[in-house]
Amino acid sequence: MILLLERRTSPSRAMTFLSPVLAIGVTVMIGGVIFSALGLYPLKALYLYFVEPLTSLWSIEEIIVKAAPLVLIGVGLSICYTANVWNIGAEGQLTVGALFGAAIPIYFTGWQSPLVLVLMLALGAVGGALFAAIPALLKTRFNANEILTSLMLVYVAQYLLDWLVRGPWRDPQGYNFPQSVPFEGWQLLPTLGDGRVHIGAMLAIVVALILFVMMGRSLRGFEIRVIGSAPRAGAFAGFAEKRVIWFCFILSGALAGMAGLCEVAGPSGQLQPTISPGYGFTAIIVAFLGRLNPVGVIFAGILLAISYLGGEAVQVEFNISDKSAQVFQGILLFLILACDTLIHYRIRFVSRKVKQA
Amino acid sequence: MSAIEAVILTIITASTPLLLAAIGELVTERAGVLNLGVEGMMIMGAVCGFIAALLSGSATLGVLAGLVAGVAMSMIFAFLTQTLMTSQVATGLALTLMGLGLSGLIGESFTGQPGVKLQALAIPGLSTIPFLGPVLFGHDLLVYLSLALTGGVSYVLFRTRLGLIIVAVGGNHHSAHALGYNVIGVRYACIAFGGACSGLAGAYLSLAYTSQWIENMSAGRGWIALALVVFATWLPKRVLIGAYLFGAVWIMGLYIQGLGIAIPSQLLSSLPYLVTIAALIIISGNRTITKVNTPACIGQPFAPER
Amino acid sequence: MSGNGSSGFLLEARNITKTFGDLRANDDVTLALKPGEIHALLGENGAGKSTLVKIIYGSLQPTEGQLLWKGKPVSIANPAAARALGIGMVFQHFSLFDSLTVLQNVALALPPKSNMAELSQRIESVSADYGLPLQPDALVADLSVGERQRIEIVRCLLQEPQLLTMDEPTAVLTPQEADRLFVTLRRLAEEGCAILYISHRLEEVRRLCDDATILRQGKMVARVDPKQETASSLANLMVGSEVGAVKAETRDRSGTAMLELRGLSLPTDDPFGVALKGIDLSIESGEIVAIAGVAGNGQAELFDAISGEALCPSADMVQLAAHACGGESITARRRRNAAFVPEERIGHGAISSFALSENVILTHHAVGSGLVRRGLINRTAAEDMNKRITETFDVRKGKPDPNAHSLSGGNLQKFVVGREIARDPDILVINQPTWGVDAGAARLIRQALIDMARRGAAVLVISQDLDEIFEVADRIAVISRGELSPAYPAAEMTPERIGLLMAGAHEHTATSMAPGA
Repeated sequence: MILLLERRTSPSRAMTFLSPVLAIGVTVMIGGVIFSALGLYPLKALYLYFVEPLTSLWSIEEIIVKAAPLVLIGVGLSICYTANVWNIGAEGQLTVGALFGAAIPIYFTGWQSPLVLVLMLALGAVGGALFAAIPALLKTRFNANEILTSLMLVYVAQYLLDWLVRGPWRDPQGYNFPQSVPFEGWQLLPTLGDGRVHIGAMLAIVVALILFVMMGRSLRGFEIRVIGSAPRAGAFAGFAEKRVIWFCFILSGALAGMAGLCEVAGPSGQLQPTISPGYGFTAIIVAFLGRLNPVGVIFAGILLAISYLGGEAVQVEFNISDKSAQVFQGILLFLILACDTLIHYRIRFVSRKVKQA
Repeated sequence: MSAIEAVILTIITASTPLLLAAIGELVTERAGVLNLGVEGMMIMGAVCGFIAALLSGSATLGVLAGLVAGVAMSMIFAFLTQTLMTSQVATGLALTLMGLGLSGLIGESFTGQPGVKLQALAIPGLSTIPFLGPVLFGHDLLVYLSLALTGGVSYVLFRTRLGLIIVAVGGNHHSAHALGYNVIGVRYACIAFGGACSGLAGAYLSLAYTSQWIENMSAGRGWIALALVVFATWLPKRVLIGAYLFGAVWIMGLYIQGLGIAIPSQLLSSLPYLVTIAALIIISGNRTITKVNTPACIGQPFAPER
Repeated sequence: MSGNGSSGFLLEARNITKTFGDLRANDDVTLALKPGEIHALLGENGAGKSTLVKIIYGSLQPTEGQLLWKGKPVSIANPAAARALGIGMVFQHFSLFDSLTVLQNVALALPPKSNMAELSQRIESVSADYGLPLQPDALVADLSVGERQRIEIVRCLLQEPQLLTMDEPTAVLTPQEADRLFVTLRRLAEEGCAILYISHRLEEVRRLCDDATILRQGKMVARVDPKQETASSLANLMVGSEVGAVKAETRDRSGTAMLELRGLSLPTDDPFGVALKGIDLSIESGEIVAIAGVAGNGQAELFDAISGEALCPSADMVQLAAHACGGESITARRRRNAAFVPEERIGHGAISSFALSENVILTHHAVGSGLVRRGLINRTAAEDMNKRITETFDVRKGKPDPNAHSLSGGNLQKFVVGREIARDPDILVINQPTWGVDAGAARLIRQALIDMARRGAAVLVISQDLDEIFEVADRIAVISRGELSPAYPAAEMTPERIGLLMAGAHEHTATSMAPGA
C-alpha cells in the first residue's frame, strides 16, 4: 500500500473549514493517548484541559486576557504569512514595544493624564514597528533571510529587557528585585467592569475586523495576497514586493508592540524580566490555525488561550509540567498543516501492484 | 594548563555543536529541503541524550539516544513536507516549537540534576604532549566526529556519485525525477542525516558542553547553525570556518568580562546573535557568491507527476 | 506471442491506455517501430504524445495495454530500466542541472560504475564523432540552448541506444542547427538505431521521417508515410478539421512611432542572465514587428525592460507614444495605454490559485477600468469584465469564474491575451504568444493580434516560432546574445537568413558565428 496524493481541480471549500476542526479533533485524541500513557485518566485530563476553563467566570476572563495578545499578534502574522513574509520575531517586537511604552511611566513616574495611556499605546506600536523594521530593512536592502534575522533579534530584545530591569530601569524602592516601578492610574489599561479584562481585548477584536475588511476588499489586501502567491505576477501587476515586505513588518511589529504594552500596562502592571509566556511564538500557531484569516485568528486565539489555562489546570491537578500546553500547541500546528493538504489534494491509498501494472 | 590552551579548548567546545548541526543542515539543504526545525531537533537530542545517559550511566548511550531523537523528529518533518507536501517553512517552525515544548515537559524532573559527562578519548602518548596534547588529542568522541563529518560530507558531496545525486536533486528535482532518481527518497535520507547531526549537537550540549539539562539550553544555536549554512554558501569547508568563528564569538563574552571591562553582560550575551545578523548581511548582499551554490530547488515542494 | 519477434519490430506499444482521473490522455494507442527507422509521432499540444513517450521511457505506467521490446512483453518500471533495455530519451524540457558540469550531467544518466576520467574522454570522442562538440568541464549554466541539447543527445549516444526518442528537438534550434541535427539523426538511423521523433513542425517531419503515427485527443487517428503527405494534409489529420489560416491584410501605417527603443542597454546582476546591448527599434501604429531568436538570448530581459518590470538607466531608452519612460513603473506605462503579455502564463501573467476575475484585477487595477474605487475592489465589476473577456475570446471553462490553474494552456493564454486586448491598448508587447497552445487557440490569438494592428495599434511579438512570425509580422528583427538586428520587412526575410542572424552573424561575423560552426 502506498499513499498517493491527487490534486483537486479546485480547492475544496468544505475542507477549508473542516481542516482546522479535524486538526483539533485529532490533537485531542492524541492528547488522550498521551495522558493515558502518563497514567492519568484521559477523560478527566481532557476535561480539565478544554472544558473546565469555560466553566467559571474567573477563567473565562483569564482566557480573554490571554487571547487578547495572541489575537493582536496573530492577525499581524497572518498578514505577513499571506504575503510570504516570514516574521517569526514577534516575541522580540512585543518586548521592545513594551519597553518603549513603559518608558513613559518610568521616566515620568507621577504623570497622570488620559494622554499618558494614549502615548504609551502609541509608543508601544512605534517600538514594535521600529524593531520589526530591522529585518525589513535587512531583507529589502541586503536580501538577508528575514526568518533568521527576526528570530535572532528576539534574543537581543530579551537581553535588552533584562539589562534595563536589572540596571537603569530598576525600581530603587524595589528591594533589589529586577523590576521597574509599578504603574499607576492612567499608566494602566482600564479594565472592563472590575474584572481583569482590559481594553486590549477590544483593541484586538477591532484590529482583526479592520484587517479582515482590508484583506478581503481592498487593493492593499489584494496586493499582499498577490505578492504572497506569485511575486513575479505581483511585479507584473505593478506591485512592489519590497513595499509589501515593509508594510507587513511594520504592521505586525506595531501590533506585537501594542500587545507587549498591553501586557506590561495590563496584567503585570510593571516591567519584569519576562513579559510574555511566549505569546509571540504561540501567535505563529494562532495565525495558521486561523487559516491566515483575521476573523479565524480570533477563534484560534481563544482556543490557544484555553490551552494555556488547561495546562495550568492539569499542572495543579496532576502535577505535570504546564509545558504540556506547548506540546499540545506544537502537535496542533503539525496537524493543521497536515490537514491543510486535504484542501488541495485527495488522499488515495493504492496497492503497489496496481501502480506497477 | 596555559591560558591559550584554555581559550582554544573552550572555542572548540563552543563550536562543536554549531558545526554538527550546520553540517547536517547543509546536507539537507543541498538536497533542496529547508528544515527550520534544527533548534527543535537539537533540544530534543539534548534532553533525550541527557536522560538516557543518566538512566543508563553511559554517555555513549546518551549520544546514541540524542541521535535517535534527532532522527525521529526529522522524520515527522519529512513525512509532512515530503509525503503530505506541507510548507517547509511552517513545518520547520512547528518542529522547533514542539521540540522546545516537548523537551521542557520530558526534562522538567531532570532539571539541575548532575548528569553524565562525555569523557575525552585519551590517546595514550599523544594526549600528554604539552600544549599539543590537550589541544589536538584531548577531546571527546563528538569533537572528532564533527571534524570527520565535515571532511566526509565534503568528500561525499563533491567526489562521489551519491553526492552528485544529492546535489542534482537539490538543483533540479524535475530533471532528477526524469532521469529516474527517487527525489522524495533522497530527500527523506538527507533530512534524516540532518536530524541525526542536530540530535548529536544537542547531545553534545547536555553531555559535554555542560553535563546537565537546562530548559531551552540550545539558546538559538539551531538557528545560528541555519545561518551558518547560508554564511558558508553551502560549502562544508566554510561551515567549518564559520562554526569556529561563531564559537569564538560565543565565548568571547566570557573572556571580556574576565578582563574586567565594564560592558553589560547582556550586551556580550547578545553578541552571537548580532554577529549572526552581521554575517547574513555581508553574505546575502552579494548575489554572485550566494547564487552559484544555492540549491536551486530549496524550499520548493516536489510533486511527482501523477 | 513468439511470432512477433519475426515481425522485426524493435518496439511495439499495443493498445496503450493511460487515464489521469477522468482524463484519458492515451486511449487505445498502438505504435510500432523498426530498427533504423525514423518514426514521427505527431499531434497537437495535449494530444497525448508526451504521455505515450513517458510510458515508453518508464516515467509513467500505462493503465492498460502492453509494451513489447524485440517481440517480448516488457514492463518498464522506471527510466533506468528503459535505459538498460537500450531506450534513450531527449526531453523537450531538458533534464539538465545548471549548476553542474557537462561531465557530471552525463554521469548522472549513466550506470553508477563509470569512471569519470574515462567518461570525460568518451564524451569528447563521441561528441566529436557525431559533430556535436562539447567540453566536459563546462558548466551547463554557461551554455547556449543548442549546446545543452547536445548534452542530452551525447548522453543518450553514450548508452549506445537502439531506440532514441526526441521530443520537439528543433523547437530551440536555429534552422542551421536543426539541419546539422538531421544529419546526425540520419547517420544514427543508418547505423540501425530507431528514432521516435516528436514534432509539430510538419515540413521537417516530411523531410526527415519514414513513417508517422498521428494522435488526436489521446487516440491514434492515422499511420501514414509523411513523404506521401503534404503539410496541410498532416495538419488536418492532427487537428481533425481544417485549420483556417489567419487573415492578414495590408494595413494603413500612420507613420507615427508608438514604441521606440533607443540604445537600450541593461546590465544584468543575475549570473545566469543576459545583458541587453544597445538595442534600437521603432514600431509605428498599425504594424506588427516580430523579434525572432533562440530562447535565452535576452527575450525575457527585453520584455521586462519594455514593460517596466526592469527599469532602464536612462529614460529615453524606452519611449511609448513619444514619452521617454525608461524610468517609469509598469503601472505608469500601462496608463500610457500600453499592454503586456509575458511568456509565462502561470506565475507571471496569471496566478494559478486565483479566480479569473481576480486575475483580471492584476493588470486592470490602475488603468481606469473601474475595478478599484478609493482603494476598495469592486468584485462585481471584475466578474463582469471577466465574463466579457472570456466570451469575446472563447475561453472555455467549467464554471463562470474558475481558478486559473483549472484552465488548459490554450484557454488560459486566450484569457491572458484577451485581458490585455480588452483594454484596447495603443501598444501591445507580447512574448511567445502561442507557446504550448493548441492550433485553434493559436489561430485565434494570432488573428486577434492582426486585428489589433488593423485598428491602429503598434504590436511587438517576441517569438521562437518562425511559422508564427511569418504569419503575423510586417517586419522581423532577430535577437542574439542581448543584441538586436535591424528590423527587415518580412517579405525580404527567409528562415535561413533569420537563422544566420540568430547565430549573431549581423555583427562581429568572424568571432560570433554559431557555436560549434
